[in-house]
Amino acid sequence: MITLVVFLPLLAALVAGLGNRAIGNAPAKVVTTAALFGSALLSWAIFLPFLGGETQPYVAPVFEWIHSGDMAVAWGLKVDALTAVMLVVITSVSALVHLYSWGYMAEDPDQPRFFAYLSLFTFAMLMLVTSDNLVQMFFGWEGVGLASYLLIGFWFRKPSANAAAIKAFVVNRVGDLGFMLGIFGTYLVFDTVSIPAILAAAPNMAGSTIGFLGGRFDTMTVLCLLLFVGAMGKSAQLGLHTWLPDAMEGPTPVSALIHAATMVTAGVFMICRLSPMFEASPVALHVVMGIGAATCLFAATCGLVQTDIKRVIAYSTCSQLGYMFFAAGVGAYGAAMFHLFTHAFFKALLFLGAGSVIHAMHHEQDMRYYGGLRRSIPVTFWAMMMGTLAITGVGLPAVFGNPLGIGFAGFHSKDAIIEASWAAGQQGTWFIGVLVAALTSFYSWRLMFLTFWGTPRWAASEHIQHSLHDGHGHDDHGHHGVHDDGHPDEAHGNPTKAEDSGDAPSVHSPSQQDLPAGTGGYHPHESPGPMLVPLIVLSLGAIAAGFVFHGFFIEPDAGEHFWRGSIAFREHLMHEMHGVPTLIKLSATIAMLLGLWGAWFTYIRSPGFPAAVAEQFRIGYRFLLHKWYFDELYDLLFVRPAFAIGRLLWHRGDEKTIDRFGPNGSAFLVQVGSRAAGRLQTGYLYTYAFVMLIGLTAAVTWAIAG
Amino acid sequence: MTVGLIHYIVVAAVLFTLGVLGIFLNRKNLIVILMAIELILLAVNINLVAFAASLQDLVGQVFAMFVLTVAAGESAIGLAIMVIYFRGRGTIAVDDVNRMKG
Repeated sequence: MITLVVFLPLLAALVAGLGNRAIGNAPAKVVTTAALFGSALLSWAIFLPFLGGETQPYVAPVFEWIHSGDMAVAWGLKVDALTAVMLVVITSVSALVHLYSWGYMAEDPDQPRFFAYLSLFTFAMLMLVTSDNLVQMFFGWEGVGLASYLLIGFWFRKPSANAAAIKAFVVNRVGDLGFMLGIFGTYLVFDTVSIPAILAAAPNMAGSTIGFLGGRFDTMTVLCLLLFVGAMGKSAQLGLHTWLPDAMEGPTPVSALIHAATMVTAGVFMICRLSPMFEASPVALHVVMGIGAATCLFAATCGLVQTDIKRVIAYSTCSQLGYMFFAAGVGAYGAAMFHLFTHAFFKALLFLGAGSVIHAMHHEQDMRYYGGLRRSIPVTFWAMMMGTLAITGVGLPAVFGNPLGIGFAGFHSKDAIIEASWAAGQQGTWFIGVLVAALTSFYSWRLMFLTFWGTPRWAASEHIQHSLHDGHGHDDHGHHGVHDDGHPDEAHGNPTKAEDSGDAPSVHSPSQQDLPAGTGGYHPHESPGPMLVPLIVLSLGAIAAGFVFHGFFIEPDAGEHFWRGSIAFREHLMHEMHGVPTLIKLSATIAMLLGLWGAWFTYIRSPGFPAAVAEQFRIGYRFLLHKWYFDELYDLLFVRPAFAIGRLLWHRGDEKTIDRFGPNGSAFLVQVGSRAAGRLQTGYLYTYAFVMLIGLTAAVTWAIAG
Repeated sequence: MTVGLIHYIVVAAVLFTLGVLGIFLNRKNLIVILMAIELILLAVNINLVAFAASLQDLVGQVFAMFVLTVAAGESAIGLAIMVIYFRGRGTIAVDDVNRMKG
């Protein structure tokens, strides 16, 4: 069964990818989507028995891969509770995204390619989560990186998409280097790459030291930190996060599937999978916690000022990943996985909802040109509303006699993380968590208010005007290269749009007065059925996933029963979570309400307020707008020196040294030599005769003298 | 002064040198080259006859006769080639005979 789950998407990808134009759009769509829905159904069939706690973890061997000396690597599909959770997340979201793409990509000329990539991605991701050893995990890890590259650059005629794809690939290579070193180191220390064997041996290794980079370090700390670098790259943690916002250049379904629900959570999954290793190194756990909290805060602050609807959600994703990491860092792996699980539903929902809005608004992505869409696209509005309620964590905490907290998905998982960080004695992290909860609420509601409330500000949008001139409702994805000329440089880490508006914040800030109001005669249309069904299904997930599953993921007894050692479940910590003071339990909810009030006050009550704030704190505003200047810093530190070195080696090293003395030099010699030899052949009889005479004389002389 | 072997050899050497120079320095006419070749052959003949007389050996003179017949054949063929060549290119100037130029 598990084999079918994993290989159905591959099969579909091969059919759609190799068939491509030959089989046409409809068969490619049907084959891939049907395969994914089949895969999703089987995944639930695998997952549900784990809830009952009767199923034993097992490994389904595929075949042997590498057998070299002591090293043995086999393709095996490992199924335990952790894998089962990931399976349902991946296949469900992927199946829904496939369906959604029927509508979203309807007018794209390259649909078979798109669906083939989506299915290929799903296969690689499944390979990653079912892996039984680190090498197979690395295979999946690179596979999803490849699929991500292909899908970000799907609209390859758009220069910004190409640049974003390359950036994502290169930044991920940095992380992958760490991951690879981690795998090498693990093999060196444990003499095996099999995950169960490593995890069994890990506790004994605590405290031993290893020589690395000329010093002696704690073995487990070194290994865990190297592996964590890999996780940071894939999960866009602070320092290696720069690719994620740019990755929004890809089609929106891709953002939902890869850059929200599944691939970016691979880092969290890896840490949970290897949690017994991390348990052996308190230092590494502290680093994970610190980086997670820093990312969480950083991304949330950036999200406050972005105007591109997809970028807001991208930063939100980055921030929620930070939550997951610091949950893992404080030892609450169950809570990390729980947040991963719920986040997949509501973030995919938000992205697909944003896609639906973009679809309705004729590919306008700038929220400053939205407004008042509530009545035009009601289904999308309600779906986005569910997503927002879920991400901000709306719910009734289990205090004041209320025996059981009840709320939307994010309420259960995020509150669990915040409580766990307090219970683990990390007050600083707890504070960041609460602060970010308020920020999350603020930017999420800001997005909602700007998009769905207020008066329409559509007339000023170039995309809308374009569509009005072209005729109504005529969406053409082929236009993309032309459409998005406004900001072709964004992926270079030099966002021209932000640059321009940074100089004149009043133009930039989303206050209604500055832009010509009105609809411009444009009528947004609700998305077609294939796009709405996934929205509705995911809305149900966003509402219920937290309440239904929180017992299995984080309750002390049920959790132990559910996870069965597939992660290092700290039952003790989960107990303490319930014992935190009432105020702590309320803190996240209070923060959420504060954020909601702030967004309401700023964007509904007094719309001129944001511009005034931006004017007042110009430096801070620009700091956030430029995303803490990370891109600029990296450009200065890495990109430009790399270009300079490249140019030096190219001109000086290659052209002026190797080429000059190598191929070009020898070619030159041959040319000169042949020209000289050619000149000897004058064609005149007497020259030949003269040479003969000289030869004869020489021969005679030699004969006589000899 | 008696005419000895050495004088014949000197004459032959002078003739030979004239012939060689005739080939190398001649820029005008292919016929001159043929004549120069004749000169060289005759110089050799003088040598052969001179040594034959000096050594009292008739073989040298017989050989000279052979050389004369071969030289006659050679000039006949050479002239024939030249006629054909002239028909083809309209000139037998040495400087124009450079089709083998590389």
